[in-house]
Amino acid sequence: MYNKSLKELSTSLRNKDFSSVELSQYFLNRIKRFDGELNSVITSNEKAALVAAVEADKRLQSGDGNLLTGIPLLHKDIFCTAGLRASCGSKMLDNFIAPYTATAVSKLEQVGVVMLGKTNMDEFAMGSSNETSFYGGVKNPWDLNTVPGGSSGGSAAAVAARLAPIASGTDTGGSIRQPAAFCGVTGIKPTYGRVSRYGMIAFASSLDQAGTFAKSAEDAAIMLQAMSGFDEKDSTSVDRPVDDLLANLGDSIKGLTVGLPKEFFTDDLDAGIREKVEEAIDTIKSAGANIKEISLPNINLSVPAYYVVAPAECSANLSRFDGVRYGYRCDSPKDLEDLYKRSRGEGFGDEVKRRIMIGAYVLSAGYYDAYYKKAQQVRRLIKNDFVEAFKEVDIIASATAPSVAFSAGEKKDDPVSMYLSDIFTIGVNLAGLPGMSVPCGFVDNKPVGMQLIGNYFAESRLLNVAHQYQQLTDWHLAVPTGFGEEA
Amino acid sequence: MQWETVIGLEIHAQLATKSKIFSGASTAYGADANTQACAVDLALPGTLPVLNEQAVRFAVKFGLAIGAHIAPYSVFARKNYFYPDLPKGYQTSQFDKPIVGLGELDIVVDGKVKTIGVTRAHLEEDAGKSLHEDYQGMTGVDLNRAGTPLLEIVSEPDMRSAAEAIAYVKKLHTLVQYLGICDGNMQEGSFRCDVNVSVRPMGQEEFGTRAEIKNLNSFRFIEKAVAHEVERQIDVIESGGSVAQETRLYDANKDETRSMRSKEEANDYRYFPCPDLLPVEITAELLDEMQRELPELPEAKNQRFQTQYKLNGYDADVLTTQRAMADYYEAAVKSSGGETKLVANWVMGELSAGLNKENLAIEAAPVSAERLGGLVKRIADQTISGKIAKQVLELMWSSDDNADTVIEREGLKQISDTGALEKMIDELMAQNMLQVKQYRAGKTKMIGFFVGQLMKQTQGKANPQELNKLLQEKLKG
Repeated sequence: MYNKSLKELSTSLRNKDFSSVELSQYFLNRIKRFDGELNSVITSNEKAALVAAVEADKRLQSGDGNLLTGIPLLHKDIFCTAGLRASCGSKMLDNFIAPYTATAVSKLEQVGVVMLGKTNMDEFAMGSSNETSFYGGVKNPWDLNTVPGGSSGGSAAAVAARLAPIASGTDTGGSIRQPAAFCGVTGIKPTYGRVSRYGMIAFASSLDQAGTFAKSAEDAAIMLQAMSGFDEKDSTSVDRPVDDLLANLGDSIKGLTVGLPKEFFTDDLDAGIREKVEEAIDTIKSAGANIKEISLPNINLSVPAYYVVAPAECSANLSRFDGVRYGYRCDSPKDLEDLYKRSRGEGFGDEVKRRIMIGAYVLSAGYYDAYYKKAQQVRRLIKNDFVEAFKEVDIIASATAPSVAFSAGEKKDDPVSMYLSDIFTIGVNLAGLPGMSVPCGFVDNKPVGMQLIGNYFAESRLLNVAHQYQQLTDWHLAVPTGFGEEA
Repeated sequence: MQWETVIGLEIHAQLATKSKIFSGASTAYGADANTQACAVDLALPGTLPVLNEQAVRFAVKFGLAIGAHIAPYSVFARKNYFYPDLPKGYQTSQFDKPIVGLGELDIVVDGKVKTIGVTRAHLEEDAGKSLHEDYQGMTGVDLNRAGTPLLEIVSEPDMRSAAEAIAYVKKLHTLVQYLGICDGNMQEGSFRCDVNVSVRPMGQEEFGTRAEIKNLNSFRFIEKAVAHEVERQIDVIESGGSVAQETRLYDANKDETRSMRSKEEANDYRYFPCPDLLPVEITAELLDEMQRELPELPEAKNQRFQTQYKLNGYDADVLTTQRAMADYYEAAVKSSGGETKLVANWVMGELSAGLNKENLAIEAAPVSAERLGGLVKRIADQTISGKIAKQVLELMWSSDDNADTVIEREGLKQISDTGALEKMIDELMAQNMLQVKQYRAGKTKMIGFFVGQLMKQTQGKANPQELNKLLQEKLKG
């Protein structure tokens, strides 16, 4: 049951093999049984979910709806969900219930999905291991001693453990792709502007983009299709029709050119991972694609550029959390300054504070030109590198992360080493391109992810390549030991 | 030593849009606290700004009206600082790429025309209000005003006296109302002024250190604050000190300025481009459209009034200060049959007095331009005298009747019938032979007695010109 594709589940729902209520209850039970250990779900929506499932069943009975109607899912706790807490993994918003629903979430609600709950995440999406969450870390179902990656670690772990068929995530520097790789699931972050950011709590506005986690490229495509589209409430969302993401999944990839950036295949790359990624590329080649080495000359500047731009934006985005109107407020403040200092000092965790301070620093008088402005210039260079590359290739492939899932606590006190775990993914956000991670094997029994990067708005092409690869492999269907029993 | 005053102004004009600059909440003034603040205005997490196109159009109109460069591409930036009435912890404003670039405005002081440079004008959102009264040592926050669109208009330091500053502010005040982009209501804070003042020895090129006086919301306060500040700075320098660069507040009750914060205490606002908003692009089409929508501007209207209606400069100034007043005047002239001077006198005189008495704006005048024009027409064709006309206006003020109806109903039509007047004069002279004798003995002032008596008799309806003529003839004997 838990390994069925969305198409299979949808067919069964329509054939009345089981109802949406039964299906939802099944996954709620799995969450109860397995998540005590994982800590991937931090808010249950059980009661409302079952109400939504009843509604979905009615729609299914009348023949209404689409492939997602009646399908249970989980949302990253960064999305505002009317009536249900949106904590963003922070003490600051532990008591925050938004009076509105994020556009991406409501688009899914409109087709009748069933939200089972909200998933754990790094605080305000700042982290690559899920260890910065106020609600404690998430365990990687493949190895409970390791992290699931971050920041969307809860969603990735939940889908890996088959606690839900699909889950949403957001990706600012790799926050979907890196945890997807660590947890052995398929994750896609579309082109910046494809999915509305309205109601998605901002970390770095020019980089944040919502996307999906699923067991397969096909399932990821189905979910992304429903979330995508222009939203007048988000000025940066792009007013352009959404491609049919399912139409081309079955197309042959014969004759397609896959670019391998030489900067991503150096001796620094873990040999085991390199071997798995190269095997995957061979598989794609065997399906008829051409492989070509390319260069992204400025890509090595992406981590430093990102760690100027993202903190700068977050330093302003997080100013609204001041203890005045909502969220955490310190006990009996002496005066205004005390209210600010203690509410923010007590409400935010260390990583968030670190980034706010970096951001305030790089924007401050006398440093702006040397840091923020320079970083934006570098960002343009990186984008240009990709634009040039896509004149020669259809798609770019690399490893998603430089290592497999690392141990909990291993990098907690070494932020720079933590930041480097996003070295292959960050450039994609700086350029605003779509990217995804697909499982491509195991090293030391831990999943390895292959990153695929597409041209602007070429999600359909990206998913096509991933789907074709998944037709030839079954890494994506592997289920971690201990989570394979039906519940 | 002789000192020269140097003044530059920053004016915040609240744009007359229905909704806020980045949200759909209403901008109407005076609602209960926090009833006009939506999720975006409250800066709830996940909310995003969407630019109000009307605010952009208004800014473009303003730029065109002062002959300024309109940036084809302008950028919103975040100005970061913490304050309880600033919900996001930053103000969305424009910094290095404002929508309106260099323009200029002519002012007239003591009959001399002077051109004042307008450095720039940019769009930004207003903050909310902190309420310190009524909360026993705590502060209340009202976010109704948060997100209200403002156009901040920054001048060059081109003014050399309070009089010039006032002339500039008044000019702008008139202009924004003409353009229909700001209601100009200074009491409600729709038009606020920050003044930068410095002094320097006469003849010196270099500017002195300036102080900024914040939030002056009346012409009188601007004048007083500048006068006071100039005096203060001269005192400081002449007693051997130096002026500090600082922000000062004007206290109208004490008529003094006092320090608010110094340059050292000034915030580092950490401006950077707002990533939630796209750059504002102004197309050639929009520019054309706005150019076409530009109304006749005050200066052009003033000139036209002088040539077309043969008005003197003073009348033209008064009548064109408000666009609504000018419109009223023109409509009244039309229905008066072209009595340009007489209508000017009545609009500036009786009508304005009536409006002032009841504290009404010209838009709310109880007597419409058409009705006033109709009244003036009857003065011009001598149906009634000017004096009777005042009575008629009073009756029109409290009713919807036009002048003709009132004159007819009240029997106020002027007596110009020579026969009737002669008869009355003859009777009066017969009853007052003593006064007739006195007149004929050279006491010609005695004619006033006869005029008075006859006016009383006719309740003022006798045609005064006719009456005078006839009396002179008869009294001569």
